[in-house]
Amino acid sequence: MLGGLALCKNIKQVRAVATVGATALMALAIYLVIAFLNLRAAGNDAEMLFTEGALTWFEPLNIKLALGVDGISVVMIVLSAFIVFAGVFASWKMDPLPKEFFMWFCLLSTGVFGFFISIDMFTMFMFYEVALIPMYLLIGVWGSGNKMYSAMKLTLMLMGGSAFLMLGILGIYYHSAPEGGQLTMNILEIAQNDAVPHSWQYFLFPMTFVGFGVLGAMFPFHTWSPDGHASAPTAVSMLHAGVLMKLGGYGCFRIAIFLMPFAANELAWIFLTLTGISVVYGAFSACVQTDLKYINAYSSVSHCGMVLFAILMLNTTAMTGAVLQMLSHGLMTALFFALIGMIYGRTHTRDIRKMGGLMRIMPFLGVGYVIAGLASLGLPGLSGFVAEMTIFVGSFQHADMFHRVFTIVACCSIVITAVYILRVVGKLLFGAVQDEHHKTLTDAEWHERLSTITLILAVAAIGCFPNFFSSIITEAAEPIMKLFA
Amino acid sequence: MELSYTVAVLIIPVFMFLFLGIVGVKLSKKTAGILGTLAMGVTTVIAYAAAITYFFGTDQGQVVDGVRQQLTVLDLTWLEFTKNLVIKIGVLLDPISAMMLIVISTVSFMVHLYSLGYMDGERGFQRYYAFLSLFTFSMLGLVLATNIFQMYIFWELVGVSSYLLIGFYYTLPAAVSASKKAFIVTRFADLGFLVGILILSFYTDTFDFMSLTSDPQAAISTAGGATFLGCSVMTWALTLIFMGGAGKSAMFPLHIWLPDAMEGPTPVSALIHAATMVVAGVYLVARLFPLYAVDVTALEIITVVGAFTALYAAAVACVQSDIKRVLAFSTISQIAFMITALGVATPELHEGVGYMASMFHLFTHAMFKALLFLCAGAIIHAVHSNEMSAMGGLRKYMPICHIAFLIGCLAIAGIPPFAGFFSKDEILVAAYAKSPIWGVWLSVVAGMTAFYMFRLYYKIFWWNNPDYGHHTPHEAPMTMTFPLIFLGLVSIVAGFIPFGEFVSVGRADYSGFHIHVDPKVAISSVVIAVIGIVLATVMYRKENDIPERLANRFRGLWTAAYHRFYIDEIYQFITHKIIFARISKPIAWFDRRIIDGTMDLLANVTNSASFAVRRMQSGSIQTYVWFYLVGAVAVAVITILCLI
Repeated sequence: MLGGLALCKNIKQVRAVATVGATALMALAIYLVIAFLNLRAAGNDAEMLFTEGALTWFEPLNIKLALGVDGISVVMIVLSAFIVFAGVFASWKMDPLPKEFFMWFCLLSTGVFGFFISIDMFTMFMFYEVALIPMYLLIGVWGSGNKMYSAMKLTLMLMGGSAFLMLGILGIYYHSAPEGGQLTMNILEIAQNDAVPHSWQYFLFPMTFVGFGVLGAMFPFHTWSPDGHASAPTAVSMLHAGVLMKLGGYGCFRIAIFLMPFAANELAWIFLTLTGISVVYGAFSACVQTDLKYINAYSSVSHCGMVLFAILMLNTTAMTGAVLQMLSHGLMTALFFALIGMIYGRTHTRDIRKMGGLMRIMPFLGVGYVIAGLASLGLPGLSGFVAEMTIFVGSFQHADMFHRVFTIVACCSIVITAVYILRVVGKLLFGAVQDEHHKTLTDAEWHERLSTITLILAVAAIGCFPNFFSSIITEAAEPIMKLFA
Repeated sequence: MELSYTVAVLIIPVFMFLFLGIVGVKLSKKTAGILGTLAMGVTTVIAYAAAITYFFGTDQGQVVDGVRQQLTVLDLTWLEFTKNLVIKIGVLLDPISAMMLIVISTVSFMVHLYSLGYMDGERGFQRYYAFLSLFTFSMLGLVLATNIFQMYIFWELVGVSSYLLIGFYYTLPAAVSASKKAFIVTRFADLGFLVGILILSFYTDTFDFMSLTSDPQAAISTAGGATFLGCSVMTWALTLIFMGGAGKSAMFPLHIWLPDAMEGPTPVSALIHAATMVVAGVYLVARLFPLYAVDVTALEIITVVGAFTALYAAAVACVQSDIKRVLAFSTISQIAFMITALGVATPELHEGVGYMASMFHLFTHAMFKALLFLCAGAIIHAVHSNEMSAMGGLRKYMPICHIAFLIGCLAIAGIPPFAGFFSKDEILVAAYAKSPIWGVWLSVVAGMTAFYMFRLYYKIFWWNNPDYGHHTPHEAPMTMTFPLIFLGLVSIVAGFIPFGEFVSVGRADYSGFHIHVDPKVAISSVVIAVIGIVLATVMYRKENDIPERLANRFRGLWTAAYHRFYIDEIYQFITHKIIFARISKPIAWFDRRIIDGTMDLLANVTNSASFAVRRMQSGSIQTYVWFYLVGAVAVAVITILCLI
């Protein structure tokens, strides 16, 4: 796809290639789900499927391009495919340099997909970096507002996280073969041997968890997110909040928890406190923001905090909830950012104080925004409810009083979320029109409608038929969470 | 199973919602309205059929040992948390859910019909009908729930339909803020509900109503006497669940959203904020009643909250000037009656009459309060104002409405043979059985009810005769008067339903409870009601200055009641001055200045450090030699020091 884009001469071709590519991706992702389910139905109960064909690409260190998927990575891939698809249509009118924009956009997607299917730590890390770097350019070149500052901040903070991560990964690597023998980067092999010595886990677990936690917007390492989102162009915000932040959560459990269960169990309370703070703190901050993107960035801090919070509960139900929350948050934030982009494209402001009564002017976008809002505040029938309830019920099953009390604290976020969502909806869409110029604005165009509808359907699908998704995830979470039983 | 067609009452409205929601704009207003009403009509027929089959059918083990069994007609797995904690979507038929089927479908159908006339010519007519369908679907799903989590799901859905309908006139700031307030206050209550569910399910390991209530003693004892902050965890769970119910049913201090909710279209107030959604809290407690019956502390909390709210709301209703507000506070007060009835209904006392009385009052109240609201709608339609001052002498212009409203007032005041008399009488019996204090308390409130309702009645239909000018008020169209006539008739006869035959505590030894009017209680309550009415007649039949003088005499009390005892102001203070100004703003500031500031500082330090270090790379040999010498000496010194 990247190659195809490089050859394009004008915007029409770029659009065509991007559309074809995104559609193909979506088709492939759905095919992957079907193939995956077929294999499972056929009785293949290995932890990871499609693991054959590892390509050794750096012999001396035993680094392989080892691939494999389980239920969790499958759903994450589907999520990414949906968001890339919607993102392409949301940035249909990208200007200037559409070709370059889409090229970087594709590179970013490559990194994301690669990350989800790798089961080799080094390859995973490499894809992680591949996903991060384009971000700098995408924000720096196509962004808005104080874009250089935001791009720099985002990249540097995430790179700081990567540094921790690199240390952690190397640490694990050097302890991956306790009885001598070949050192390995393969996650499955390390987990099987429970290779990392306990004393080292105390050191390496925080390293990796914080490393990924930065990307998962964990308090107090979340401040890149508001600025970054505010300056990023629509599709990048979508992909970033929708998928990239999920890399953090995914990495946290795939490396930090899966490989170091001992320390995870011992140290969970520290991070539980931090993520619990994230959840409530993000929600409170969102209540007083006036910029639409800041509101959603803080709301993301709250929702992503919930993901890490649930992962740290270390039981299957909460874990399933965490993955559902990643899916749900991914789709609805992407929807939010898409709609904000579309509204901004018309009104040229994101300040809610300067807008009002938009529902009558652009009913389609208005209804879309209300639906996204309702999903975010956890209306049953949309995805947010399913995810949050799975997390709450799962977390509350924890035998420890500390965990249960913290769950109640996290539950409070459902009220605060309602406050900030309804505040925005009330100011932005309802009431009288604030600005005379807004009266002449138009409603969504076809590509914007397509992008919005795709995401809304996905959100509703998870909300209406949650058991289909949750059973796939539970199956994958069970073997990991057995380590803690 | 024979009754499995009941599920259609859920499917038809949800289909209608999607249909009208998606393609509604393309239909003409008339088509959309008629389609919606027809669909609701079919739903009503099915609901009636199901309820009648349930109550009068004898086969399939519906009745065992004289007790009607709970029938699970359908139970589909929706989401599996763990092996036992599973959310199912199903249909549970038992006496109270079948009774609710009738209430909801009747009122909803009447409101659909009425709205054809009332909402005629409104912008967003199709959207209105879509939301009505959504509400009906959610409300029916709520009462038919087989497990507490299904109930929670539909609980949230009715909340959002209420939000959408209150904010129907979304260009009016008052409607927008009222809808927001309603949603957030009930959301806060739902937090309690959710936590209650979590606690309950953690100990009992099930969501299912049947397994929870079939052996309440066992369910309660699963907690094994665990306590939290000095109270048993089960009391916590049940109280928190009641908090959810108190939010939806507008119990003090969570009542503040209901009066504001009157910003919505009047038929919506009749359906959601008088007859159906607001009694969800009563229904919730009734559904879990076997558990509450075991836990005395929780029941006492319920009684106190209910009794206090009943008095508070009645006091406020006496002085309001907006007719919908009066009705809203009257609703709060009447629901508080039902709640109190549940609170005093210990199964050991008087055959658990409180439980039956509560459900009976729920039934009759739904009918006459919907009637009153629909009348109010017709009046507002005619005079284009909510304020009493704009009305008076309307009996000449709107005879049907006048009679219907009078019936409603007599019913709510508890004058025999109207419906309210019978159900209220049972509640008073239950209250006296528990303790005379509650009995007297509720009797006083009943007297106040008669007073403020007739104050309202006289102010609208008698009092003075304002000059209506060119715009003479006239009777509403047929689509609007028919529901008034129908509900009026129901309000007259509903009291004669042998309700105890249908709904009772549901234990073999209490089944077939017969309603018997206790003469002492009945006579005293009628006397009190008549006193209230006479007082209102004296004060408000003709324009005079008695009310004015009384208000001046008790200026302080009057002002406080008129301002609803400043509860809204207290909330305003807490949310704006404390939560926004003292929590949210500082957190946002802290985030920008301290946390982000630290990160920026790190970056700046790095930046300036590199600027400082850059000077070392000057390219001049002398500097390098100088550095080299200093370094070498330093190394030498350290080495020597170490050797020594």
